[in-house]
Parts: sequence; structure tokens; C-alpha cells
Amino acid sequence: MELTTFWFLVIAFLWTGYFVLEGFDFGVGALLPVLSRGEGERRQMLATIGPVWDGNEVWLITAVGAMFAAFPAWYARLLSGFYLPLVMVLAGLIVRGVALEWRGKVEGRERALCDAGIVAGSVLTAFLWGAIFGNLLYGTMAATVLGGALSLTLAVVHGAVFVALKTTGPLRARARHTALAVSVAALPVAIVALPALPGAGAANAAWTSHPVLWLAALAAMIALASAVALIWRRREGWAFTATAASIVLVTGTLFGTLWREPLPGLTVAEAASGPYTLGVMTWIGLIALPFVLAYQGWTYWVFRRRVTA
Amino acid sequence: MDALDLARWQFGVTTVYHFLFVPLTIGLGIFVAGLQTAWHRTGKEHYLRLTKFFGKLFLINFAMGVVTGLVQEFQFGMNWSEYSTFVGDVFGAPLAMEALLAFFLESTFLGLWIFGWDRLPKRIHLACIWAATIGSNLSAYFILAANAWMKHPVGYEVVDGRARMTDLWAVLTNSTALAQVPHVIAASFVIAGGFVIAVSGYRITRERRMAADADATVPFTRAARGRVAARLTGDPAMWRSSLRAALVMTAIAGAVVAGSGDLSGQYLREQQPMKLAAAEGLRHDEKGAPFSPVPGIEVPNMLSLLAAHDPGAEVQGIDDIQRRYEQRFGPGDYVPNLPVVYWSFRVMTGFGLSTVGLSLLGLWLTRRRRPAPEWFARICLLALPLPTLAMIAGWLLSEIGRQPWTVQGELLTAASVSPGVSLSEVAISLAIFTALYGVLAIAEARLLVRYVKAGPEPVETPLEPRLPDDIDAQAARLAPTLMY
Repeated sequence: MELTTFWFLVIAFLWTGYFVLEGFDFGVGALLPVLSRGEGERRQMLATIGPVWDGNEVWLITAVGAMFAAFPAWYARLLSGFYLPLVMVLAGLIVRGVALEWRGKVEGRERALCDAGIVAGSVLTAFLWGAIFGNLLYGTMAATVLGGALSLTLAVVHGAVFVALKTTGPLRARARHTALAVSVAALPVAIVALPALPGAGAANAAWTSHPVLWLAALAAMIALASAVALIWRRREGWAFTATAASIVLVTGTLFGTLWREPLPGLTVAEAASGPYTLGVMTWIGLIALPFVLAYQGWTYWVFRRRVTA
Repeated sequence: MDALDLARWQFGVTTVYHFLFVPLTIGLGIFVAGLQTAWHRTGKEHYLRLTKFFGKLFLINFAMGVVTGLVQEFQFGMNWSEYSTFVGDVFGAPLAMEALLAFFLESTFLGLWIFGWDRLPKRIHLACIWAATIGSNLSAYFILAANAWMKHPVGYEVVDGRARMTDLWAVLTNSTALAQVPHVIAASFVIAGGFVIAVSGYRITRERRMAADADATVPFTRAARGRVAARLTGDPAMWRSSLRAALVMTAIAGAVVAGSGDLSGQYLREQQPMKLAAAEGLRHDEKGAPFSPVPGIEVPNMLSLLAAHDPGAEVQGIDDIQRRYEQRFGPGDYVPNLPVVYWSFRVMTGFGLSTVGLSLLGLWLTRRRRPAPEWFARICLLALPLPTLAMIAGWLLSEIGRQPWTVQGELLTAASVSPGVSLSEVAISLAIFTALYGVLAIAEARLLVRYVKAGPEPVETPLEPRLPDDIDAQAARLAPTLMY
């Protein structure tokens, strides 16, 4: 495999990891006032993501850092092209991160302010990522809104299923109901948004030459639909696997469409760093990534038990 | 005023702000890990209380370092797309390595440390804080190696108008980086040491005053005695140990800052002569160049001695370098902002050395079990602003002194900015970040002050007389304090 292809796959993998992992913390943050009754349950909810959300966010930092190193022109044009939306993403992540870290150390009105920050930061950022990539593919307002709605609703369903999986008591029951209720919105959005992906010029060409992308989009819808069925049957672990799979498939479809021409008028080959940089970075990545995956996996294992009220 | 000026302001504001929190993350992390290790080794309860107390302050600060760091990684692409395209092949590699090798380590193990007090075996839990703080220090290395490349580009060639890396090892072992990394990391230890000195000095003063108040109002009732006892969660021996440890850390780190700073000065003479000349305001090439600690006082031959360890060595002057650069790079203004560079050098060295002086004075005053004198405990508060100002000045010297280049000799700042980003876009983002950062700075300061005033969690006194604690029992009694 060519190194540029390999690094495009690495970057797609990192973004996918980011959306799957931070996807549920966005969902948990967005649902904070919806699911919880009282301070005890709010703590219970946030304790499900407390030990892991910061590590999840490093997937974004790594994805962007890898783009900078492997495809500088892509990194530079994408980030300067989506200037104001990214300012809002950063503001959302700042407010959310600080609020998550500080809420347990303050009380009363200040804690309420932190809760508001967690909700606003999670909703805003989860929406913006989809909006940015929707806009990148089409450049129309409808696609921007639809992309944002898709990423937000997917994150919310994913987060609700995660809360159902990681808690006990009334919170768990409420999370299950909410997951079902939100999927009433998420499923139609996915059904409208995903087949519409090949609408634009460059994207259309990618889909015509790679019919597998149709398959991936269809599989994403099926995964989401089966998540709904599984949560209905109280199979929380499998339902979470299914929502994660739908996010993987949506992100996979997105990066499959971006392959060859990640930005209009810019090919992967033009954007890429030299073979030397890609070569040494490959070695470093191959050596380091298994350790990262192992110890991050270990964290999830340490905190595998359900959080009680 | 154009987009370039505002983009530079944004970079300056966000970077200086980010680096107010990062040194505390780097240095205080190690300090907390050291305290927790001391607790493991000795089983003394006050080390556990200090671990939890400084651990909480560390976490309040850590959050700010992380979230403001996101802006740093994004703004290279957002505001400086021409720069990013030119340097990404070389500069992106250490950034990607920083994320992969350092940030994952830091964030994952810190999460385990915060939430693992009652879930992990004690040794593993201790290993988590060390892994996290090693991650923080490692991240400093990678980003400083990237920054050093901008000042002294090595291990690359320019092909088709883009830098191409030819030797990663050369980039990671750049002489400039090897001088700058210990300089900045040790400076971070000085700042963290200063923070602990200030907090300990404050607690010593406050607890002495509370004890005096308690003696003055003799508590007759049991309830009043209880109230006094509750307020007196203090422990003079505990604050003495944190003060002494921080004084030692600051003094040793201060020596490393001075030594590596001297080495950086030697490299400046060869690699960035304009920055060196600007720091002294030296106009013309001169053998045996003098140095003025403050304007008006001149020490003959001192600059040559500082920059080359040779009182007769030649130091290049601003006007002569300008002339040579015009011949080499074409017409242009190659002189950085002289007053800023001149004064930031003096603030950096002056305030930095005062911090070291303060720590040496403190070590002398508290030698052999002597309690810290009242006046010294009060001036301990200076140990926070002095090194912080020195560090800000150091960054201004380093980065404004490099102007007009982003990459010395290769790429001008004016040619680095994003061509497609408008003045109003940069203005909006600068306004949003400045306002957000301002509000968060006030919130963080208030939160830190509140927790310092409250002091460490009191130790619950058991009702029954009991055997001396083992560390597990101590941990169980103090467990919930670091949870969300």
C-alpha cells in the first residue's frame, strides 16, 4: 500500500475513533438535564464519562496533528476554510472541558453554570462537526443543517445508550426510554442524509466509482435501526455496539467520499508530506498506537462496573 | 491594522495565556507525584493531605491547560495556513508525536488517578500520577522541539516551495531544542515551586493568626471548642515540609534555568544574532561588547562574556546584521521590536533571579528546624508573580525576537498568514477568545483562592483509640475528596 493511502486511512481511523468515543460523551453532556432528576443522578451520569472524556478528546488532537504532519495542505486549507465554525467548536470544547472539570469543585449557582456549560458545549460541538463535514461535501445550507442534525442526533442516541449501559436504577430506565424517543428523530435524519451524500459533484463521482460507499451508508442505517431494536429488547451492550457501528460506518462513508480529493481542487497526493516524513511517522505510529489502545482499553476495563446512584 | 496584525495578536494572547497554566501542570504534577510517593514511603498522613490538597489545585489548573491547548493546535491551520503548508512536513511530525506519545498518556492516566483512589491497588494508583506527569513533561519536549526548529531549522530541504524533512533525529536533537527544553521545563518547575511557596507561606501566616485568635478567645463551651478545632485543620509541620520541598525544588530548578539559558545565549550568537543584538540594543558589530543591566549602566565586555564566554569575542550589531540580511534575503526590515526585546530580556533575568534569591533566602531562614519568620511567610506570596512574569517575558523575547521570521531565514511572518481569512473573521475570533479567556481567568483565580483559603480536608478523628494507620486505612478516610 502506498504511504499516502495508509496515512489517509490512519486519519480516517483517528477521526472515527474520536466520533465514536467523544460521541457518547457529547450525548451524555447534551442529555444531562433531560435524563437526571436531582444532583445525585447528575453526578451518577457524569461519573460514567468522568474518567475517560479527556482521553477521548485526545483522539481529536491526534487526528488533527496527524493531518498536519501527513497532509499539511489539507490541514491548512480545511482549518482556514472553516474558520468561524472552528472558532465555535473550540469555544464549545473549552467551555465544556472546564465545566466538566470544575463542576464537582463548586456549589449552588456556580454548579448550575457548569451544568449549562456542559450542555451547551456538548450540543454545539456535536452539531458543528456534522455541519462542517456536510458543508464540506456540498456547500449548501441544507446539507450543513442536515449534517449537523445527523451528528447531533447520532451522538445523543449513542450517549443515551451509553448511560443505559453504564448506570443502574431509574436513570438507566429513563436513558433507555430517551434513546428510543430520540431515535425517532435520528433514524429519519440518517435515512434522508446518508443517501443524499453523493449529491454534489466531487462526492457524486466518488460514489459512482466506488459503489461500496452505498453499501456503507446502507449498513450505517441498518446498524442504527438494529440499535433501536436492541435497546427495545434491553440488550444494552449490543445496542451500544450497534450505535458505535453506525458512527463508524457514517464516518467511513464520509472519508470514503473524501478519498482522492479531500478538499475541492486538492488531491491526497498533492496534500501529502514527503515519503521520508510519512515513513518515519508510520514506524512511530505502528509502535505507539498499540500501547495507546491497550492502556486506554484498560481504563475502560477498570471502570467497567455500572455507576450506582 | 490588517488580518496579519490581528492574527499575530491572537497568537500572542492565546499562547501567553495557554502558557500560564502549562508550567503549573508540568511542575506541580511532578510535585504532587513526589508527595504521593513520600506518603507511600513513610506512611505519614500529612503527605497524603498535601497530595490531595495540591492535587485539587493541580486539577483546577490542569483543565485550563488542556482546553487552551486545543486552540494552539488549531490556530496554526486557521490563521497561518501558508506557514502550515510550508512547514507541515517537518513541524507537524513533533506535533503528531506529542499527541500520540504524550497527550494520550497524560489524559488517560490522569483520569485513572482522579477516579482510581479506591479502585486501583495503591502502587498502580501511584504509578498513574507518574505516568500522567511524565506525559505532560514529554509533551513539552515535543512542542519545544517544534518551536526550536522555527528558530534554527535543521534536518530539512526546501523542495517546490515546501520544507521537506530529511532527518527526524536532527529535528529532535536540534541544539536549540536541547538548550531550550531544559530551560523551559526547569522554568516550569520554578513556577510550580513558586506556587507552592506562595501557598505554603500564606497557609503558615493564616494558621498562626487563627491559632492566636483561638488562644485569645478561650473557648468555654464544648461547641465553641469544636468550632475552633474545626477551623484549626492546620498543621505547622505539614506546611513547613511543603515549603521546604518547594524551596529546594525552586533553587535547583533555578540553577538549571540559568545554566541552560546561558547555553541558549551561546547558540543565539550563531543562530539568531539579530535577537541577541536586539536584546542588548547593540547597534554595530563590536569586539568586547558591553552589557547594560539597566539603561545607563554599562559593564564593559560583559555581552561578549555572556554570549561567547570570551570577553574579547565579536558580537554582531543590529545595523550591520540588517545590511547583511538585505544582501542575502533582499530588501526589507529585519529588525524586531527593539524596546520589547530589550526589556523582556531584563524582566526575564531580573525576576527569574529574584525568585531564585527568594528561595535561597528561605532555605537559609528555615535551616535546621527553624520556623519561617513572619515577614518571610508574607513575602512568599511574591514567589507566584515573579517567575510567572519572568516566563512571559522569556516567551516575548524568544518569539518577538525572532521576527520578522516565522522560520528563521526561510519564511517571513508576513508570508505565513492565511490568505483567505478576512480581517473581520480574525477580529471575531480574537474577541471571542479574549473574552472567554478573561472570564475563565477570573473564575480559575477565584476557585484557586477559595481552595487555598479552605485548606486541606480535615482528618476525621476516630472515636476509638486505634492502632497506627496503614496507608490503606488513611486513604479510605480521605478517599472521596478528589471525586467529581
